[in-house]
Amino acid sequence: MQKSKMIVIGIGNPYRSDDAAGLLVARRLKEQFISACEVHEQAGEGVALMELWKEAQRVVVIDAVQSGAAPGTIHRFQANLHPFPAPIFRDSTHAFGLIEAVELSRALNQLPSDLVIYGIEGEHFGAGTGPSPAVLNGVNDLVRDLHQEINQFLVSDPPVSE
Amino acid sequence: MKTKTIRVDYLARVEGEGGLFIKVRDNRVVDVKLRIFEPPRFFEAFLRGRNFAEVPDITARICGICPIAYQMSAVHAMENALGVKVNGQLRALRRLMYCGEWIESHTLHVYLLHAPDFLGYQDAIAMARDHSGVVQRGLQLKKVGNEIVTLLGGREIHPINVRVGGFYKVPSRRELEGLAEPLKRAREAALETVRWTATMPFPDCEQDYLFVALRHPHEYPLNEGRIVSNRGLDIAVGEYEDHFLEEHVEHSNALHSVLKLQGPYFVGPMARYSLNFDRLSPLAQEAARQAGLTPVCRNPFKSIIIRSLEILYACDEALHIIAQYEPPEQTAIPTPVMATTGCACTEAPRGSLYHRYRISDQGTVLDAKIVPPTSQNQRVIEQDLSQFVPKFLTLPEQELGWRCEQAVRNYDPCISCATHFLKLHVDRG
Repeated sequence: MQKSKMIVIGIGNPYRSDDAAGLLVARRLKEQFISACEVHEQAGEGVALMELWKEAQRVVVIDAVQSGAAPGTIHRFQANLHPFPAPIFRDSTHAFGLIEAVELSRALNQLPSDLVIYGIEGEHFGAGTGPSPAVLNGVNDLVRDLHQEINQFLVSDPPVSE
Repeated sequence: MKTKTIRVDYLARVEGEGGLFIKVRDNRVVDVKLRIFEPPRFFEAFLRGRNFAEVPDITARICGICPIAYQMSAVHAMENALGVKVNGQLRALRRLMYCGEWIESHTLHVYLLHAPDFLGYQDAIAMARDHSGVVQRGLQLKKVGNEIVTLLGGREIHPINVRVGGFYKVPSRRELEGLAEPLKRAREAALETVRWTATMPFPDCEQDYLFVALRHPHEYPLNEGRIVSNRGLDIAVGEYEDHFLEEHVEHSNALHSVLKLQGPYFVGPMARYSLNFDRLSPLAQEAARQAGLTPVCRNPFKSIIIRSLEILYACDEALHIIAQYEPPEQTAIPTPVMATTGCACTEAPRGSLYHRYRISDQGTVLDAKIVPPTSQNQRVIEQDLSQFVPKFLTLPEQELGWRCEQAVRNYDPCISCATHFLKLHVDRG
């Protein structure tokens, strides 16, 4: 089986309210694309992320962010083209998280050739299961957009079995 | 008298958030306060009302870097409460899992959080540009730790396979044997790590610490042991609350832990090492000697060497466990449900982690107490800074701030079990 050309990684903590956003997107996409596209759920530990995307050509990462924008807003970063803007990804439990993983991969020339990071603006990151309604709307919107994007990718570059 | 304030926006390469406030008068440090802003009883409150069987999964989410430590303290505490003892291969698998966590947590700290300080780099990213081979070695080493945890836990982070009484699934002999070659390479990499860290420049800073750690009759401590100190303490874990006191300190939301009648104490790799050198494997003992260490170490900056030694020990111990593994017949020991209280202490990468639970006759958690290693170390971190800062007062403000951060990073603090950043204020009255 050929190694995946495209992988999707949802990052988050299901016990920290809006921090679950990335995981929810990943879960919904996994249901829709069971074997056609590799979808992962991760807690955001940087080295694990670097290991996951090292072998992939096209990577989509989704995480919750906190930048002051309206909850549910979706931010998009083409990470392989330029360094991160001011840190807004909420690395709530890791000193070596997503941003550090991207920049370390860049320093080691291990960034995927196409790495897109989506941030869903969150508001509440305290204890709790389940994001707020505004963030859920953001999740729904992003799932819809990524569903299209993945379908387009699969049509233009389908996975091949050996 | 002049007053100057130094502000560092966040303490880099440390988990979590807090404030570090240092007051200097006439070039003397007169006050140091480490402020933690996170409400301290966050997860304990969250656990109340949950079924005891859920506790391992929930506590694993307290810390993203040491979920196994939280799970282990939790399951051992529940088993202690319910009168269940996990032995044989199930016990060995738990030790193996803990080895995996030590490898991944210590490696991350040594290579990506702490080494940059010693080599004069702002962060690991800058260090990687000049030392890509070394950083790659660290990443590969961490990957092996991740693989152990994934195999035994079902996931790299927030493992789901651990349960009260044992596991939901146990690996086959072949699955474990698959880790042997990567672990042998990891052991070599760990030895290189000890040699590498031994060459780093260390300030001349020693203190007569009150060390506290677990001690076991045969093993370097992971999951089990009595609680001992270098000043005569030797108690069963069940006596913990008779001897250790948590005080609410005005400047910090976290509670400061002290040993009654003796004061602040130090937990973590250097404490474990200094209290258990004779329990290290021969390879690790020899590596320690070659690194210029004696069986007791009191320089907190040399914790980076000690962590490297513990990575080496963990690789060695993991190989030993795998070599003698036979899958147990039962994946878990049955556990009764009853109204009871129990506690346990295990050695998280950062130090002793104590859990206590009271459970109802329906198996619901009525209350929980969790004492993380970082909260136990808070007072001693403040003491270190009081000793250390005067040596660097003449430095430019930014460099002074960086040195303070480095000193705090000696403890690999997980201030999150929180979620914020450290702000440094130096008031030069």
